[in-house]
Order: sequence, then structure tokens, then C-alpha cells
Amino acid sequence: MGFFFEVLFGGFLAGVLYALVALGFVLIFKASGVFNFAQGAMVLFAALSLVRLMEWMPIPIAMLASVAIMIVFALVVERLVLRPLVNQEGIILFMATIGVSYFIDGFGQTVWGSDVYKLDVGLPNEPVIILESLFEGGILVNQFDLVAAVIAGLLVTVLAIFFQKTRIGRALRAVADDHQAAQSVGIPLRDIWVIVWSTSGIVALVAGIVWGSALGVQFSISLVALKALPVLILGGFTSVPGAIVGGLIIGAGEKLAEVYIGPTFGGGIENWFAYMLALLFLLVRPQGLFGERIIERV
Amino acid sequence: MRKHWRIATLGVLGAAAMMVAGLGEAMAQNEQFMPRLTYRTGPYAPNGVPFANGYADYLNLINERDGGINGVKVAFEECETGYDTARGVECYDRLKGKGAAGAAVVDPLSTGITFALTEKAPGDKIPLITMGYGRSESQDGSVFGWNFPLLGTYWAAADIIMNYVAQKEGGYGKLKGKKISLVYHDSPYGKEPIPLLEELAKRHGFAFTAMPVTHPGVEQKATWLQIRQNRPDYVLLWGWGVMNSTSIKEAAAVNYPRNKMIGVWWSGAEPDVTPAGDGSKGYLAANLQAVGDQFSVHRDIYKSVYDKGKGAAKKEEVGQVLYNRGLVNAFLATEAIRTAQAKFGNKPLNGEQVRWGIEHLDITAARIKEAGFEGLVYPIKLSCQDHMGSARARIQQWDGTKWSFVSDWIEADRKLLDPMVAAAAKKYAEEKKITPRDCSKEM
Repeated sequence: MGFFFEVLFGGFLAGVLYALVALGFVLIFKASGVFNFAQGAMVLFAALSLVRLMEWMPIPIAMLASVAIMIVFALVVERLVLRPLVNQEGIILFMATIGVSYFIDGFGQTVWGSDVYKLDVGLPNEPVIILESLFEGGILVNQFDLVAAVIAGLLVTVLAIFFQKTRIGRALRAVADDHQAAQSVGIPLRDIWVIVWSTSGIVALVAGIVWGSALGVQFSISLVALKALPVLILGGFTSVPGAIVGGLIIGAGEKLAEVYIGPTFGGGIENWFAYMLALLFLLVRPQGLFGERIIERV
Repeated sequence: MRKHWRIATLGVLGAAAMMVAGLGEAMAQNEQFMPRLTYRTGPYAPNGVPFANGYADYLNLINERDGGINGVKVAFEECETGYDTARGVECYDRLKGKGAAGAAVVDPLSTGITFALTEKAPGDKIPLITMGYGRSESQDGSVFGWNFPLLGTYWAAADIIMNYVAQKEGGYGKLKGKKISLVYHDSPYGKEPIPLLEELAKRHGFAFTAMPVTHPGVEQKATWLQIRQNRPDYVLLWGWGVMNSTSIKEAAAVNYPRNKMIGVWWSGAEPDVTPAGDGSKGYLAANLQAVGDQFSVHRDIYKSVYDKGKGAAKKEEVGQVLYNRGLVNAFLATEAIRTAQAKFGNKPLNGEQVRWGIEHLDITAARIKEAGFEGLVYPIKLSCQDHMGSARARIQQWDGTKWSFVSDWIEADRKLLDPMVAAAAKKYAEEKKITPRDCSKEM
């Protein structure tokens, strides 16, 4: 029984890490209706910027400089990609983000290099045994995962407040509903896009710090976006808390499946199982667990 | 007047351009072309880059120090595969016809690309050097006439590693009842050692479990929680790229002893251990060659390549595991061309001629010393039948800052391997309707 809870808990914590990446997708989709294919590449770019800048300056300054880089990136994307495509179909904007993704993948590696860079921002990495009195041998938990979960929790709280309680947050949601209508009531579309891409860039930096500390900063961290997709399908593309809940369900589901069902299939099922789980939810609730139901009158 | 000047200037420039082009063509006529399938971007770049750098530096050394291979300059062009099979095949097709005599030899550095090119190479008559990787049964030259898994296949690697485990436990007899797990990249590469390990488990009575990790291997928590529960006596690691460092980190996270983890020679380089920091201390891995830049060939590379500003790597990366592997790979390829030149003359050779050179490769200890590789690599001799040559490796251990060898050279058991290779090659020949060559008739 202890092992079951160990896998379940490990899955929850892995899911929180996926949710960190999923949050970036949610932000941009929620505020602009664009599925940002470049989110994984942004995580890599932000982490690469930070780790290379840390070679030249103290960590806090490097973090601020990385935030600045992500804001400049948002400005450039708005000016060169989004502005010319305003009022275009969502699929056109999605295709544009594919272009952005490949560009920053290559550009980031050209500027910062394609080695593996060790990122150490002081996050603890020692395993601890908990609940020894309840289960024989206890449950092993990595302190790093716990810290990552706290970071994700804080981020979600801040973002939820930002969206629900601030004027800018409401403006972001208005833009997401209808670009033209939002513009007609005086919401500055360009500023909103810069804000949301900047925020998403900062979330990418946080995800990059956590994933970069876990794996080392290298190209592969851009691929963790693939782990965020089932989380988005399940949690809904427009819900910040949905990203977390989706992450928890996907994380726990795939780990339990790998351990208890995987051996029947020769193992290695967790990747496709996560998508299958998301698909099942999709069939029952297309907008995701927390997504907004779209009602269109004909 | 100005018009005349313009015409004259254009004429001079045109003539100069034609001369340069002609000169280039003439030079290319006397150059041996070697296509280079590399990956300097993408998820496997941290491993692909040092290998490509070592390879490039050795070819540049041959040109700068010796004026080429017996006076025939080596021309090479890199093509980025991104470790992607489709792109690898595209690179191969684009480069195979280049140079005065076409591609001399191709080294894909990817088991997936090797599997794809194994079908194409015989038609193009271009040999594939797959040093330490590729299809294990391609050791059989009578069926796989164009594949050369020099220095060791994955079956050889698995046997060498298990031989080390047996040594640690006090002999194969002591393995009965032990638990051995394989954590492998869920790809043709990762699956290669399974038949050999299953055979060894059957023979020696240990329990063998294979645990796949899906590409690219950034999430392995479920795998390592199972390892924590099952507590295997040894974990063999068959990863590549980020999968390796993630495995080591996860092993540390579940307190699995790193000195009971043994990686294949593609899971034991600096990019595999450095991201895990102190968590990597004690980790073991096989290695086909030595580590470090203390060898004579490195001194020549510094002098003839880096001091002239032509080095491919950062100076501090010279001598790293995968850099040296690229270096050794380039050495074997150029020695094969040198061997072929002895028969066909000192000129650019085609793939078929170079294949003859590889099959007659006999790199003795004396030649290794002369070439500056003494202590770096083991002597190797090939034949029409045996496309692998010697299969030896040493086990190295990471101490947090550097690798040190903890075993002597361990040789794969050919009595175990050869029948398995023959059976698998026979099956392949039947499937593909290949008539095996009669090597006794080939000289």
C-alpha cells in the first residue's frame, strides 16, 4: 500500500511540473485565443538566457536580466508577428507560433550554445522519507519536487488573482472573447498582447528554472511542452486552476498506469496513456474540466 | 571609354572566377570526400557536438600535419541530421555522390539512421562505419557486406558489462538469483542488448527485467520508483542524451547506489553526469577508448590545428569522452582509406575500394603508437567475415569531476556472441533474400 501512495504522490508532484509549463499555454490562450506552439521553446530560451547570464553576474541580476529578455521577446513577437496578423483566424496565429517556436529554438542555441548547462539556483535536491509510522519503509519524496509544487501553487494563486481581480486581467479576458469588440470599447490590443506574452515569458522562465534545475538546461527541456498538452486538454485551455488540477490527474494517472498496467504491455506506456486519459475526458467534457463552455447562437 | 573599362573589368573578373572554379575543381579531383552526418542541434546535440568536433579535428590534423592521407587531402562536409532518421537519410542521399570518387565512408552516429541506411548502402556501394553501435548482427560481414560495427556492438557491450558485474560478484556462478534491470531508451538502439541479456540470464540464472523509457526520457519517475521497490542488484543504463542524466538524477532521488549503475559506452560521457552534480558520484560506464588529452595525438592536434585557429571544439573540451570517440572513429576511417590506398593507389577512392580497406584493416600496437593513439585505443584487425574486430572496453567511474578506469580491458566472449550473430544474420539474409558472400574466396 505504501508503494501505491508513493507512486501516487510522485505522480502528483510530476504533474505539478507539467502544470508549470501548461500555465504558459493557458495564459496566452485565455488572453488572446492563440494556442502558442512556441511555449516549450520559450521555456528553453528563458532558461538558456538565465544560465548563461549567471556565468557573468549574480543570480538575482541574471534573473532580472532574463525577465527583461523575455519582455523584449514579447515586444518583438507583438510587433513582428501578432500585429500584422490581427483579426486573422486562430489557425493562422497558431501557424505563426510554430514559426516563432522553430526560430527561437535555433536562435537560442545559436546565441547561447547547445551544450548541457548545469543550473543551480539553490533548490534542495535531497530525498526525504515521510509517513514512516503509517507505511513500512515510509514514502519517499524528493524535496525538489515539493519546492516545485510550492512554486507552482504560488504562481497559480498570483495569476488567478491577476485575471479575476485586476483591470488588466479583465481586459485580457475581453480580448480573448473578441479582438474587435475589445478594441471598440477602447482596450489597447497591442498593449494587452505585450503584457500577456511578457507574463507568459516570465512563467516560461519559472518553468525553465524548475525543469532546468532538474534536467540541466538543454534543448530537451523544450520538449516538456509535450507533457503539458494532455494537461491542457484535461484541465481546459482557459483555466489557470485547471492547469494544476489537470497536471495532478495526468501526473498521477500516467505514473500509476506505468507501474500497474505498463508491465502487461512491456512498459513505456506513460506517454501515450496520458494522451488517452486526456482523450477520454475530452469525449465527455470537450472544454476540459475547468474550461469555459462555448455557446454560439446561430 | 567608361563602357570599355566596365567590359574589361567584367572580363577580368569572369576569367578570375573561372580560374578559381577550375582550381577548386582540380583540387576536388585530388581530394578524398568524407560526408559527415552530425547533429549539432536538437535534443541530442550535447552528445553529438563533441563527437563531431573530435572527428573534424582529426581530419583537419591529417590535412594540416601530413598534407592528407598519403598526400590525398581529405574534404568533408557536415550535414545536420538532428538525430532524426528521415533527415539522416536525406543527408546521406545529398552527400553520397559528392567528391571526385563519391563518399568514401559514412558514419551516421545513430542506430535509427544506420537501420535505414543498411538497406541503401549495398546499392550505393558505400561502407557504413558504426563504431560501437548499429545492428549487432552486422558483425557478420558475409551478410552485412557494407556495415562495420568496429570495436564493439551492443551485444558485445552487454556481455562486457555483465562480465564486469560477474567479476565484482566473484564469478558468473555467483549471479544466480541476482536481479539485473535494464533501463533503456525505447528505440532500436535501446532494445539491441535485450536478446543478449536474456540469453545470459538463462545461462547464469539471474532475474532480468527490461524497463523502457520513452523518447526523450525527461520523465522517469515511475521507472525509478519501481527500481526503488524491486531493488535490483545492478541497473544497466542504455540511454542517450538527456535520458542518461535524468536516469542518474532519478537514481539519486530514490537513493539507488550509483556504483551499482553501469551505462553502456553511449551513457558515460561528461554531458551525462554533469547535470546531476554530486548525484553522479560513483556512477559507472563502459568506455571503448581512453579519456583525457594527454596522448600524443592531442599534442599534435593542439599544435597543428588549434594553434592555427582551426579547432572545432573549445580547447577545454578536447579529450572528453565523446570527443575522443570521434577522434578514434576518424582515425579508423582514415586508416581504412590508407589501407585501401596500398592496393588501389594514392588517389581519391570510391566506397567499394574503401570497403576493401576496412575489411583488410590491421591496426597493430606499433601503428597505434606511431599515430599517437598509444593507450587510447586497442589494436583491431578485421576480415571479410568479421566486421567488428576486437571487442574490448573498460569500465570507468565518475568521481564528481573526472572519469577514472576501475577495470582493465574486458573482452567480449566471442564464443557466446558469434553463434548468436550467425543465427540473427542468417535470419536477416532470409528475410531480405540476401545470398551471403563466401568469405573464404575473398582476398
